[in-house]
Amino acid sequence: MTDKSPLTLEDLPNSYIGRTIPRPNIRRLAEGRGTFTDDLTLPRMAHVAFLRSPYAHAEIKSIDTAQAETSPGVIRIVAGEEMSRYCTPWVGVLTHLKGLKSAPQFALAVGRVRWQGEPVVAVVAQSRAQAEDAVALVEVDYEPLPPVVDMETALAPETPVLHPELGDNLAFERVVEAGDVDAAFAEADAVAEEVLHFGRHTGVTLEPRVLVGDYNAGAGKLTVYMSTQSPHMMKNIFATHTGIDEDDVRVISKDVGGSFGIKIHTYPDDMATVALSVMLKRPVKFVADRLESFVSDIHARDHRVKAKIAVKDGKITAIEMDDLTGIGPYSVYPRTSAVECNQVLNLVGGPYDFANYRAVGRVVLQNKNIMCQYRAVGHPVAFGVTEALVDSAARAAGMDPAALRRNSVIPDDSYPYTAASGIKFEALSHQESLEKILKLMDYEGLRADQAKLRQEGVYRGIGLAAMIEVTNPSPMFYGVGGAHISARDGVTIRLDPTGGVTCATGVTEQGQGTEAVIAQIAASAIGVPIEKVRVVTGDTETTPYGGGTWASRGAGIAGEAALQAGRALRANILEVAGAMLQAEPDRLDIRNAAVVDADTGSERMTLADLGKTVYFRGNELPDGVSPELVATRHYSPRQFPFAFTNGVQACWLEVDPDTGFVKLLDFWVVEDCGTVINPQLVDEQIRGGVVQGIGAALYEHCIYDEDGNMRNATMADYLVPMAAEMPDITIEHVETPTGESVLGAKGVGEAGTAGAPAAVFNAINDAIGALGGKITAIPATPELILKALGKV
Amino acid sequence: MDPVREITVTVNGERLTARVEPRKSLVDFLREDVGLTGSHVGCEQGICGACTIRLDGTIVRGCLTLAVQADGAEVWTVEGLSDSAEIAALQEAFQERNALQCGYCTPGMLLTAAALLRDNAAPTRPQIREYLSGNYCRCTGYQAIVDAIESAASQMKGAGS
Repeated sequence: MTDKSPLTLEDLPNSYIGRTIPRPNIRRLAEGRGTFTDDLTLPRMAHVAFLRSPYAHAEIKSIDTAQAETSPGVIRIVAGEEMSRYCTPWVGVLTHLKGLKSAPQFALAVGRVRWQGEPVVAVVAQSRAQAEDAVALVEVDYEPLPPVVDMETALAPETPVLHPELGDNLAFERVVEAGDVDAAFAEADAVAEEVLHFGRHTGVTLEPRVLVGDYNAGAGKLTVYMSTQSPHMMKNIFATHTGIDEDDVRVISKDVGGSFGIKIHTYPDDMATVALSVMLKRPVKFVADRLESFVSDIHARDHRVKAKIAVKDGKITAIEMDDLTGIGPYSVYPRTSAVECNQVLNLVGGPYDFANYRAVGRVVLQNKNIMCQYRAVGHPVAFGVTEALVDSAARAAGMDPAALRRNSVIPDDSYPYTAASGIKFEALSHQESLEKILKLMDYEGLRADQAKLRQEGVYRGIGLAAMIEVTNPSPMFYGVGGAHISARDGVTIRLDPTGGVTCATGVTEQGQGTEAVIAQIAASAIGVPIEKVRVVTGDTETTPYGGGTWASRGAGIAGEAALQAGRALRANILEVAGAMLQAEPDRLDIRNAAVVDADTGSERMTLADLGKTVYFRGNELPDGVSPELVATRHYSPRQFPFAFTNGVQACWLEVDPDTGFVKLLDFWVVEDCGTVINPQLVDEQIRGGVVQGIGAALYEHCIYDEDGNMRNATMADYLVPMAAEMPDITIEHVETPTGESVLGAKGVGEAGTAGAPAAVFNAINDAIGALGGKITAIPATPELILKALGKV
Repeated sequence: MDPVREITVTVNGERLTARVEPRKSLVDFLREDVGLTGSHVGCEQGICGACTIRLDGTIVRGCLTLAVQADGAEVWTVEGLSDSAEIAALQEAFQERNALQCGYCTPGMLLTAAALLRDNAAPTRPQIREYLSGNYCRCTGYQAIVDAIESAASQMKGAGS
């Protein structure tokens, strides 16, 4: 990139970059004065509730709504056939994922249900309670079919095929082969093998999925208020499947109560709600209740991986693995459900320097809830596999696990680097990060404590996990495969005659601090106090077209657009100021919302005065001056498909061998996400992410029975991390900026979740290894640990 | 369906009379009938704590309490406690420490934290964590919330002495 400032961004006068600034826009949330979508009430708004399939797999023989129609408050009851006339089905495939296949998915099931929880009948009523009353009166006659539950047998010849037109239950398959894997294993000093299971879990956003469809028949316009990460993508999807001109669809995302990848997919109940609004020509609201969330929000993970690793001369030389994952009955539209497996194949072994890699990934269809991208897509599986293998290899080779990592990580001086799987790294800092965390945690001291406590019958373990994270995705992620998902994002910044600055951007806010980060960058680029900056997000009609928030792209992509737009606006302002002040623009600067002499810093004119002249007294401007106090810039990475980050995580915990309980004692993270814009927000993303990863490691599991029923679909039964069990987390940084942007920021939203499960898993095995125990699955429940110890 | 019942409740210091279905929860009543949307609904089973409100001086789950049970009672929500400035120190600390991300759990967290600090002006970190064990936060990982409550407690202690 050109246009590098001679000063670093942090050194620029009045820069907010690199500083902890409390998020300016959160006081209203702390007073309960946010606007979450369920807080909205529109005139004539109706409410929809769904009758969902109680079976994992069944033929719908008949639907009788007669009694329900008479229930108080009922406005309309709609089933699959009728719904399909208002909302066309969709197919979740992408052309760059070669061979990926899926079947048309309808907003309400037509003919057959394929998972427990699939919406079958929609009941619209005056109130949600009335809609639920009537749902209870709808009679559906089902003919149960044999469910395909176990992914291991989904491809067996005797197993029923979910979608006969597809021929089999194999949705996607990919093979990677690099180097000479067989030779590397034949020559190895030590080989370790594992069969690992990663449990199915889900996002559990505290605010459930919610939307209000509002079709105005007179205007022919559809407005959808929706808790979503990607308003522009949803706009395209609603238009495509309701037949309304895309330019007549507006999606507005107010406050979003957590998303983590849950609120970025096409859900049949959401589509039905929008179609009902069109059908009834009035606003219709749908809020998933918690029981619905568990069986309708996307699930994630559920991988079985067989893998082995070779070590030669104290260094990793080869990895071979076979990944199998069950994704439910459909590949989810438009991102598809092959991406997680694809990521696993890309990322396994990612932190290490080795040339021999063989991987097979298979994605199969089954009668469970749909699966798709949730925070850190594929990463917890990839590093769960890799780091479990590294620890096993260290045991097999008689090495300390830190030493094997030290010998094997990609050296810091070897970039750019192409991994065996084919992914490309611009610049990472594995060696520096590893040394930093070993010092931070006092690795040698902990090993000594561990040995001493073991003599006293106390079983503590240390788990290390090196990781990388996909951030700042280019069009190679989705757009190349035909999805209307923008990799490009823009920021429009304008100066008003008050001296205030307003930024509008296509990336969205779900609490991670996007708006604060955009404000910090814009304020720094222009030269105004952050209090002068407002940020608008989440409205397709008022923000630049863009992709929204996913794959840790907000700060790195929209942040760069904000920097460039801010610089462009600054240049425009200085041009006007120069004409007004009869000075060369390059002898002027903007500091603290005023135009100053660059050399002396003396104030020449406030931005408010400049704005007032431009807008109200343009007659005072010299001839030929045409001020443009608005600037828009867009940014999309082009040189690398992704800006990878790296980090190392470490966990110190104690296992009670009598109860199987795990007590987390300490947790450390060293993270390199490039330029840190707001240290507090970065650290809080990491902490929140680590705790979600701990949830996957210890608690969270969507448990299915052999009939395909989810058995723990309540918040009481599906456990998540709570305050009392979580440790404090210590974080340090290495900063290796990406050279592709001037800002140099990479993403950090998923790093914590990517690495934490592996760190916890390895720490448990480090603790119970002394007792001859070894776990091979997560979540590591007390029962699982007691089984590993042979106690139950 | 049950007939509607008339109830009189004092909400955030304001006395109001309303007709409600006996099955309506207190949090739905506050959100839908009174228009106070600061108390949130996360699970409707009393697990997550997002609907925590103060009923006659005690924090309760708004989803497990029926509106008719609040007849004659005094109810405080996050909006009222914001206006009265009773939880201002906590709110300040939450903002300063970024102890809220999406903000959906925050009203419940603040009411719970206020109840803790009323019982125990100087709680230890483990005591804070234990007291919050019925309030679910998916974003923060809790550490920032514990920090903020600790900091508000020490500030309130300083202001009170």
